[in-house]
Amino acid sequence: MSAILAIAQTEIRIGIRNRWVLLASIILLVFALLLALLGSAPSGATKADGLSVVVASLSTLSVYLVPLIALLLSFDAIAGEIDRGTLQLTLATPVSRGQVLFGKFCGHVIVLSLAVVLGYGVAGALVFVVAQNTGVDGIVDLVRVIGTSMALGATFIAIGYVASVSVRQTGTAAALAVAIWLFAVVLYDLALLVGLLASSDGVFAKVLFPYLLLLNPADAFRVFNMAAIDAAGVSTGLAAGGNALPFLPQLAIISPFVWMAIALGLSTAILRRVQP
Amino acid sequence: MTMVLHTNNVSRRFGGVEALRSVSLDVASGEKVALLGHNGAGKTTLFRIILGFLRTHSGSVSINGQPPGSRLARRDVSYLPESVAFPKMLTGREIVSFYAKLKSADAAQVGSALEKVDLAGAADRPCGGYSKGMRQRLGLAQAIVGSPKLMLLDEPTSGLDPISRQRFYTLIGDIADKGTAVLLSSHGLSELELKTDRVAILRKGELVANGSLAELQRSANLPIRIRVRSNSDDVESVHRRFGGERVNGESVEFDCARPDKMDRLSAISQLGPAVSDVDISSPSLDEVYRYFSREDAEGGNEA
Repeated sequence: MSAILAIAQTEIRIGIRNRWVLLASIILLVFALLLALLGSAPSGATKADGLSVVVASLSTLSVYLVPLIALLLSFDAIAGEIDRGTLQLTLATPVSRGQVLFGKFCGHVIVLSLAVVLGYGVAGALVFVVAQNTGVDGIVDLVRVIGTSMALGATFIAIGYVASVSVRQTGTAAALAVAIWLFAVVLYDLALLVGLLASSDGVFAKVLFPYLLLLNPADAFRVFNMAAIDAAGVSTGLAAGGNALPFLPQLAIISPFVWMAIALGLSTAILRRVQP
Repeated sequence: MTMVLHTNNVSRRFGGVEALRSVSLDVASGEKVALLGHNGAGKTTLFRIILGFLRTHSGSVSINGQPPGSRLARRDVSYLPESVAFPKMLTGREIVSFYAKLKSADAAQVGSALEKVDLAGAADRPCGGYSKGMRQRLGLAQAIVGSPKLMLLDEPTSGLDPISRQRFYTLIGDIADKGTAVLLSSHGLSELELKTDRVAILRKGELVANGSLAELQRSANLPIRIRVRSNSDDVESVHRRFGGERVNGESVEFDCARPDKMDRLSAISQLGPAVSDVDISSPSLDEVYRYFSREDAEGGNEA
């Protein structure tokens, strides 16, 4: 247990000292404020909570940015340590390989969570003060999107580890991480849209499509958040038709957690076979 | 003497290449053993086997009776890889205390380890600003914590200046005196500066020598070189008497087998005033090493 804590603590220290946390928070903050500015014009004077309107766009922002930040944080975790020779040192001590990976996971999740809380927290506070009609509903929505963004981030950190333990060079791991991001948040959605266009009332749209959304943790994250905000009547975009889903949209949040467990298990299994 | 490290007929192949062939090497508690060999001779492979990172294809390894890589074995072993780059943002103290925690060592050992390697003053600075020698000492501090029974040091002194190197060996001597078995690898004998109890030489995966430096020098049986200073009148007769080459018009240099050394010396002293000075040079450490590690060596009767 103390080994896991020591590894997590070291990752957090490194994340703070090399300004990772600061940089990621600023990126999230800047994009969040940009969306808040752009989003306030069309929404105009609606009855909806001003903060909820911004939170709806934040959840779309998270789908793109949070997995990217998570993958950039994690691709180096094992491959980089093999490169620098520190993994050999760590694995020469009595600590188990599962502990090494789990310790890093805890540390990286905290680093990413700090960035999300800081970035979205500051942006949310500013909007809360400036926008109209803000109240408890908006705050609840903001807390939900921050919490689920952490979960989404943790999932992609774990997926990044799979890339990191599968190759020995940091550069290759980085390329893999970018490929994973491109596939999960861009190409996958494009493919779904093409599928929808091709058979707008066939089996694909009616039966497969909702489950395919669920299969991708990033899409599932969006379905969950949009459905939750839908109560306020401000949701838009790909997942807007939440009421057409054959399952409770609240259940969609299970998908990132399932992927997190799979990715952690898989990367631990691969790490056990790595010869440092 | 209790054997901390015991390896018996260890073999390991990579594809078709035999990286290690029937290597048997033991290290006792408190003993300092140097493992020599060219790049690719199998030194690092042997280390990785002892650490449990690689499996053997045949033969057996044990650390205090435990199989390599087992939890108990890893508790007793500490390791310093040839090249290690610690996170630049962390201070020396943070790095050593990190490894102390992984080894479940007492936190008090961190400060004393840093003191032992002369890093107490720089311990709270980020290690990104350390010199090469300081980084190497930081690596050693990390290896000291946890009171290991066996220390594996992979080329710990490569790239160090002679003074740092000497301090490094003094430090290792102190550690071994307290009962730790030390196995360190190096490129050449001259780097060791006679600081180890035993020398083992690997050549293409085979252990070709394993003994004290004096034993190696004896078994290499390299000739001693004798230089006799004479004068311009007598140099011709001295040259006829001993053979060899004439140097500078007044001196004669010749090789002499080790057992003949005293005979030759008494013959020289009988020459009386014809000889004004004698220099005797034993084969250097590098020559002994080259003898054992040369690529074309088979039996070993060439000088």
